[in-house]
Parts: sequence; C-alpha cells; structure tokens
Amino acid sequence: MSPLDEQSARLTRQPPAIRDDLKLIADMVRPNSRVLDIGCGDGALLDYLTHAKQVDGRGIELSMDGVRQCVAHGLSVIQGDAETDLKDYPADAFDYVVLSQTLQAMRNPRAVLETLCRIGRHAIVSVPNFGYWRIRLQLLVTGRMPVTEKLGYQWWETPNIHFCTIRDFVVLCEEMNIRIEQSRIMDRAGRVTGRAHSGFANLLGEQGVFLLRRG
Amino acid sequence: MDSSHSGDTGPSRPLYAQPVYNQPGHRVLLGTDRPLRLDSGAELGPFHVAYQTYGTLNADRSNAILICHALTGDHFVLDRHPITGKSGWWEMLVGPGKPVDTDRYFVICSNVIGGCMGSTGPKDVNPATGEPYGLAFPVITIGDMVRAQKMLIDHLGIETLFCVIGGSMGGMQVLQWAVSYPETVFAAVPIATAARHSAQNIAFHEVGRQAIMADPNWCGGNYLLEGRRPEAGLAVARMAAHITYLSETALHRKFGRNLQDRKSVTYGFDADFQVESYLRYQGASFVERFDANSYLYITRAMDYFDLAADAGGALTNAFRKDGRPTPVRFCLASFSSDWLFPTSESRAIVHALNAVAANVSFVEIGTDKGHDAFLLDEPEFHQVIHGFLEGCAEHRGLTVRRRAR
Repeated sequence: MSPLDEQSARLTRQPPAIRDDLKLIADMVRPNSRVLDIGCGDGALLDYLTHAKQVDGRGIELSMDGVRQCVAHGLSVIQGDAETDLKDYPADAFDYVVLSQTLQAMRNPRAVLETLCRIGRHAIVSVPNFGYWRIRLQLLVTGRMPVTEKLGYQWWETPNIHFCTIRDFVVLCEEMNIRIEQSRIMDRAGRVTGRAHSGFANLLGEQGVFLLRRG
Repeated sequence: MDSSHSGDTGPSRPLYAQPVYNQPGHRVLLGTDRPLRLDSGAELGPFHVAYQTYGTLNADRSNAILICHALTGDHFVLDRHPITGKSGWWEMLVGPGKPVDTDRYFVICSNVIGGCMGSTGPKDVNPATGEPYGLAFPVITIGDMVRAQKMLIDHLGIETLFCVIGGSMGGMQVLQWAVSYPETVFAAVPIATAARHSAQNIAFHEVGRQAIMADPNWCGGNYLLEGRRPEAGLAVARMAAHITYLSETALHRKFGRNLQDRKSVTYGFDADFQVESYLRYQGASFVERFDANSYLYITRAMDYFDLAADAGGALTNAFRKDGRPTPVRFCLASFSSDWLFPTSESRAIVHALNAVAANVSFVEIGTDKGHDAFLLDEPEFHQVIHGFLEGCAEHRGLTVRRRAR
C-alpha cells in the first residue's frame, strides 16, 4: 500500500466531524452500546456514534426530511413524536437515550424525562439555559422576550414552550429521584465552564449536558 | 437447476390443459415428496411455482433478495409482460445500478400460489379429476403463499435471504416472512401495507368478488369447463379496486370532470367522462391477463391476513420469539395519500416493533399519488430503499463491489 493509499484508508475510517455539543454527548457514550437518539435531525450524532464508537444506534425524528436523510444514509430511524411514540418501548431497551436541545419543546417535559429514564439505563439530556446571563440581561434591559443565537425565535413562533434554567433542571431531577452522574456546562464558545450545581454555571453556561440515571 | 418451461403444447389437449403462456423465467414442481399443508387444513401438492431471477448469486449465497408481488402482480419484475407487452412492474426500483441493484444482489420473484401466471392456481388442472380446479382449489392464505416461497428458496439452495421486499399484498408476505422465518431473513422492507386487512379493505374486496360471481359467465366457478369467461364481472372488480389504488387528488389532476371525445354530456350511460373511459380501459385490459377465480382466491388470502390474531391477539408477540426480539432489520415505508393502506397501519407495525426494541426504520413519503405510489417514480422513496439496503449490506458484510461499467 502506498503512503497515500494508507493515508486515505485511515481517513475514510475516521468518524465524521460533529458539532461541539454533540461531541460532548458522544463522549458520555460507552463504545458498543445501544443508543436511541430522540430528535436525531439529519443523523449527525448517530452517524458519528456508529463509526466512532460502533454503537447499535436508532433514532426518532419528527421531520420527514430528517428521517429520509437518515434512512437514505443507512441509519435506523423512524418518523415519530417523542411524546407519543416512546411509550411503546420496554424498560431498559437502550443503554443510552439521548435528547439533545429538545426537552424545552415538549408539552410535558417531566413525563418525557421519566420515559427517557425508563427506557434507557442512562439518559443524556442537553438543555439550553434560560438563566444564562445574556438572556437575563436582555429581559432586564429591553423588557422583551430574549432572542439569542441558540434560541433564535420570536415569542410567537418559537417551538420552545417550556424553558428552564440549569438550576431548574437540577431541581427537577432531584424531585424525580434522577441521579445526575455527569454534567458539562458550556459557555457561548462551546467551552466547558463548570459543574451543574454551581451558581456560576447557571449564570455563565449557555447550555448544559447531563448524564442521568434512575435513582 | 432443474426448473423448466412447461413444454407440452400438444394440439389434442383441451384448451384449459395447455400451458397457459410460453413465458420467460422458470417453473418448478414442488411438494413432490410431501404436499404443502395449508392453513385451512387442506393439502396442496405437488404444485408448480413460476419464478424469475435477476443478477447472480454470490459464492456464499448471502446476496439474495426476494421480491413479493402485489395482488394482481406477477414475477415479471423486469421482463416485458408476456401478455400485455408492458415493461416490468418494478423497473423503477430494480435493475443494474437501481436501488435494488441487480449488479450486486441476486433478485428472486415468484408468482404466488393461487395465481394465474404459472404457479398452481384455480385454473390449473386438478390431478384428482383431470379438470380445472375451479372452486375445488383449496383456500389459501398469505402464510401459505410464504410457505410455498420458502420451499422455492430451499429448492434454490438459499439458506438466508439478505432481504425480503414488497408492497401492498407483497408487504403482507414480507411481514409473514419476518414472523415465520426470522432466522432466514436478514432485512425486511414492507411497503404500503398492514399487519391485518382492515374491514374497509375486506369490504372493497367483497364488492369485487360479488361482481365476479354475479356474472352469468362465472358458472359457479366452472367457466373454463363451460368455455366461458366472466369478463364483465372481473372488469368491474378491477375498476372498483383501481379507484382505491389512486387518490382523489391524482384522479382529479388526471381527469377532472373532462369529457371523453365530446363537447357536452349525452344524457345517457356512455362513458361521457374521461375518468369513466379510463376505468373501462383498466377493466378491459385486466381481464386479458388475469383469471377471475384467482382474483377470488387471492383477495380472500389478503382478507384473512391478521398477524396479531395469529400471535394471540398482540402484534408485539409476533415480533418476539422465546422472549427475544426479532433479529430482522425492518424498513417500513408508507405514502401520505394512500387511503387503502394508510400511514397509521404502518405506524401500528412500527409501534409493535418498538415495543420489542427491534431494529426498525420508518418513512412516510409525501406524495399525492395514492397507494400506487410504490410502483411509480418517487425519488425519495427510492433513495430510502437504496440507503437502507446499503446500510444493511454493510452490517451483513456484503462487500461485493459494483462492477465497473
């Protein structure tokens, strides 16, 4: 094999590049595990996990375009709604159930969170932090609903109907007897800033990623 | 392979006993050692199965794809139809470089038993009487069709099928394959189908059957012996069924209320409207290629199909064996304007598969072409099938590279 061939062979084996927050989620997943990605979009995370960690990955996606893209790329994805289509799965059907940046768009986030922790041995949930200082400042200064890069909707068009802060999320987990095994709080630049329970995280973090388990 | 075209064309034999068509493909006699035990309890055998193959079986016999045809379909997936002269019914999807790539996979399609294109059916001669079976032909089920296909696959020396794929009634067979022989099927693609035939669909079928049986030429099912054919009844059955294959939007787009070769209505019962003329043409051309009794038997097989009932009432149980989820990888597809097998039917199957945490993909294709969309040019549907098969081939370790062309 020529050096060039060798290099190209190595490159084709490399997993595809993904967004920082998805990489953070992927880092929490053990290789060779079973993963359900809820709201998997175009399948970027599933594709990465399949190639980088050899997981047995499945996905649920609401948008038909997303589902078509996923299935056409060989990923196992169904068109469906997290709030109605998760109840069928048996307990512990997956090692990890991933819900990325979607909990705030659910009609009943608490019920969804409960389902995630039932059908997955672990749940990995990422939430945008409504306690982030820029959001607090926008509301304080302009007196209008904040619109940020990550939450780029006007109040009347947003699919996000149940916002929470990182502190709210931590409190809900405590109430539901859900253990937070790991947490990563990221600032605007995608840098990991600190632990979930600190007040600074709630002020400086733009989003949090949590590895959860039934208590 | 010991399959052959049936060859006896002696002029002295009665009309019905002659080989029906000198058709392309293969024909094999199965059930010679032991007859096929049918769901009804009756036995059938020995019996013929007509089939066609495309592509080449690889050395370890792991690249075989079985295609299951729909109600009035046949095994001529790619061949020109021997009677109508029309091109193969799934040329859009199957062929060299197509989503079901015959450069890569070995494709098999057999005519279902009870059919009229070479597999044993009611118009064939009953060896016990020397006359056509007619209504003496045993009632068959989707399960029986699949068992006959399994005998064919065994006969071909194929232990595992890489994929079983089919739409409508073909999709029912796909589901039955996955449930009956989960270890034999690596991947299953049921398209525009259901785990049971709905009351509405049974009702439509009954209309068709009653039309056939009301035709005086049907002669209690003995029309071949009488030298007659219930063409009017069969044509009406086809016309009614054809409407269910389309959507209101598609019909409207195609015909609207346009008149046929005239400026105004005739105040009579001629085919004033284009849509009437179209349906009459559909009915008339159908009787050329299909046998009325076969239509009765095959519609009945679909009516009886109910995977959940066979699994003790819960569809989930059908996809579980010895407490373990089915190992078959599923990809379901439905079409948004299909009112014969609506998306909700596919979704019910997906839910049952989820309940055992099976490996399943599901896509609803947005189209206004109705149930027939699975036979038509639907690029998104074809992309999905292609991607799913590619993904499965990777998991199956099918490393066959496409030939350079």
